Amino acid sequence: MTAELVRGQNHPLPQVRLEVRVSAGKPIVAGATLSDEQGKVCGVDWVAHPGTPTLPGLEVSRQAAADHRLAFDLDALPESVHRVNVLLALPTGTGGPVRFGAVAAPFVVVTGLDGSEVASYTITGLDSESAVVALELYRRQGAWKVRAVGQGYAGGLAALLTDQGLSEARQLADSINEAVIQGLARSVAPPPPRLPESDRTRQTTAPAAPQGTSGPVPPHQRPPVAPQQGSPYDVTGARDPGTSPASGGPINYHHPGRQSAPPPPPPTAAPAPPGEPAQPVAGDATGWSMEERLYNQVWGMFEDLARTAAAYRSAVDFADSRREQELDKLLSDPRSRVGGQGATARETAQTRHAQLVNQARAALDRDLTQLIAESDVVEPALPSAFARWDNPVWHGYRVPMEIPMAVRLGDLHLPESESLRIPMLVRLPLERGLWIDSGRSGASDTLADSDELRRLAMVTAVTHAARLLAVHPPGEFSVHVIDPAGSGAPALAPLVQSGVLAAAPAVGAAGVADLLCRLTQRVDLVQMAVRGGAPDSLPPGLDTAEQLLIVNDFPHGFDDRAVTRLRYLADEGPAVGVHLMMVADREDAAAYGPLLDPLWRSLLRLTPVPDDHLADPWVGHAWTYEPPHIPRGSQVLERVLTQIAEARRSWNR
Amino acid sequence: MTVNLTKGQAISLQKNDGGSLTAVRMGLGWQAAPRRGLFGSRTREIDLDASAVLFADKQPVDVVFFRHLVSDDGSVRHTGDNLVGGVGQGGDDEAILVDLQRVPVHIDQIIFTVNSFTGQTFQEVQNAFCRLVDETNGQELARYTLAGGGPYTAQIMAKVHRTGAGWSMTALGTPANGRTFQDLMPAILPHL
Repeated sequence: MTAELVRGQNHPLPQVRLEVRVSAGKPIVAGATLSDEQGKVCGVDWVAHPGTPTLPGLEVSRQAAADHRLAFDLDALPESVHRVNVLLALPTGTGGPVRFGAVAAPFVVVTGLDGSEVASYTITGLDSESAVVALELYRRQGAWKVRAVGQGYAGGLAALLTDQGLSEARQLADSINEAVIQGLARSVAPPPPRLPESDRTRQTTAPAAPQGTSGPVPPHQRPPVAPQQGSPYDVTGARDPGTSPASGGPINYHHPGRQSAPPPPPPTAAPAPPGEPAQPVAGDATGWSMEERLYNQVWGMFEDLARTAAAYRSAVDFADSRREQELDKLLSDPRSRVGGQGATARETAQTRHAQLVNQARAALDRDLTQLIAESDVVEPALPSAFARWDNPVWHGYRVPMEIPMAVRLGDLHLPESESLRIPMLVRLPLERGLWIDSGRSGASDTLADSDELRRLAMVTAVTHAARLLAVHPPGEFSVHVIDPAGSGAPALAPLVQSGVLAAAPAVGAAGVADLLCRLTQRVDLVQMAVRGGAPDSLPPGLDTAEQLLIVNDFPHGFDDRAVTRLRYLADEGPAVGVHLMMVADREDAAAYGPLLDPLWRSLLRLTPVPDDHLADPWVGHAWTYEPPHIPRGSQVLERVLTQIAEARRSWNR
Repeated sequence: MTVNLTKGQAISLQKNDGGSLTAVRMGLGWQAAPRRGLFGSRTREIDLDASAVLFADKQPVDVVFFRHLVSDDGSVRHTGDNLVGGVGQGGDDEAILVDLQRVPVHIDQIIFTVNSFTGQTFQEVQNAFCRLVDETNGQELARYTLAGGGPYTAQIMAKVHRTGAGWSMTALGTPANGRTFQDLMPAILPHL
């Protein structure tokens, strides 16, 4: 899966040997500059360009082309190099376009050696610029990351290089152009046969031996080898034919990331014997990925169950009311009060009732059988974000690189379908906060006393939080906890001990105030940046991960100010990635009166014990929600959390 | 092969080969009002609405119309409200799909109606028709021409009802007046 970066966004790089592929639709120059910790390029020998295509640890194309593959071995770079900027420029003096505004938006993608895409970026919004810094690969605490930069320069390469602190920028830009023109002049001849893809990959990704390059190699000194990258008209980007039409072709307005390949066809059910429903297959729904198909399929099952239950209930209600009417009529008719006639009529009414109910039951059973068969194949196929904790997929858990489209918060069922559980999937990022109700209001029929409910609620909250942590890439989800009196400590132990929390749980009024203040500030800052259209200008120290705040024992430890802050977070937080999980009993906050009603209403209420309080969007049945359940004696939660903590350490996040 | 129905004519929806119909579509089509020059948006649009009322033993149980597009049980689905009509060349501008196999067991009649929401009578509407199509193969089972139907704003088109194990359809074609299906209820009841 590829992360589609937007300007300013960064992404971790899983390996140090990489390729950067560029598609631009028109011949362009691709190069790279190395810079030190201060972002300064120390000299012309820190620039890889068509005149000097190889430097220790990287290799770029020897000439302008519509498609490029730049090879990197980040381990082989000198220690002093902290950043590598990938730059693109339009060649001057070739009669081609002179501004990026006149060509299709360049598309760059970082791939592993096997061609698997790590991150891609479409450089949009360019106009009069003729040179652009596309990507930045940079060291951050020992690991490498990539950032989408997209900084264009109307002054061309010279301006770009000057901006990077290179004193000989003008001369270097001229020599790069000269090298490009030489390359073009030579490659107008019929394009040389392309090397097989595998050859090129192997050749360009071998860590280049350190060579004593001192300054730009003048074009005529270049070893007279046959051009290996093909002519600029040789469309080499096999993966993306759409963005690289022949030179002079029309601009392609398609989003390059959206057209690379049609989705693999969904699995189709084997043809069923006539008269019987088809065998269900996991992923038998529409979608661009298996994940999306399964998500749609689960929602399809949810709707089907809701509707089939509606049909059954409606038929039974009708049968009941019809019998009622018929019996009433008999009672009001004096003739039927005597003799066997009335008894017969009563019996008829009962029979008609039973017949209709049986028919309805048969239709329901037919549908349930089909849905249960479908559930039996879908449940095992679910990815970890959608799967129950007892699903074997959790045993093979690996920290993901991508945020899933949804996450499972529990199971849903109707009284008619005790044996069928529908996964309750909600989209990520969460649009509403969660409220784990530790009060007795929702669970009046259970015998659990209030202390036990509070404990269960906290355990449930930790289970939800652990799942949310597990389905996010390392460092893209931080969990904060407010536990003013420390009463949640036993339940929080798995989170605390594995070290996946952003900080130790905040205790006491001061801790509450401090944490809320920090999160409020973050929401405010991000909001300002988003509204001002300047998401790039957030302070560098800001943690851009999604934040989850678990609040236990509300309103204990909260003063009025803190309550106001909490309400602000609930209202404004979800839009900027700050989410709330209240573990609370509404009764505890009864002193606030109706003031907090909007807060409770804005949260999705979940319960620590099965409870029928959730309605479906189609018919509005009351569904019984069951919280996620970790099998007794299973260490799956601890193991997953340990893996998350390890991944974070190795990613330094 | 299309049957052009006349009022009160009944056709069985049993297939010729003995199999029963499983899914039917009621389609409604009409021609949009002609554009009126410069301020085209002030053209008096014609909005016809197709509705289906589900009855169990003469009691309305559910209705599918532009504000409730899917019956609660999911067996009857409206494809969505069309506010202006089409080119008038026979395509359906609104359609109601009925999965007859999934219709709840107590529903024994489904009445299809057409209303003029914007109030034009059928005399003013060009090329209006209603038809019933076998969804499984696209074959037209029955067609009813509305246009030139007199000074009425509504019509009770047809009813699809259970007969034995299968379903059959009866063309009703009763003119009526009303903006939505609610206004038609008194006119519908005699046909049950």
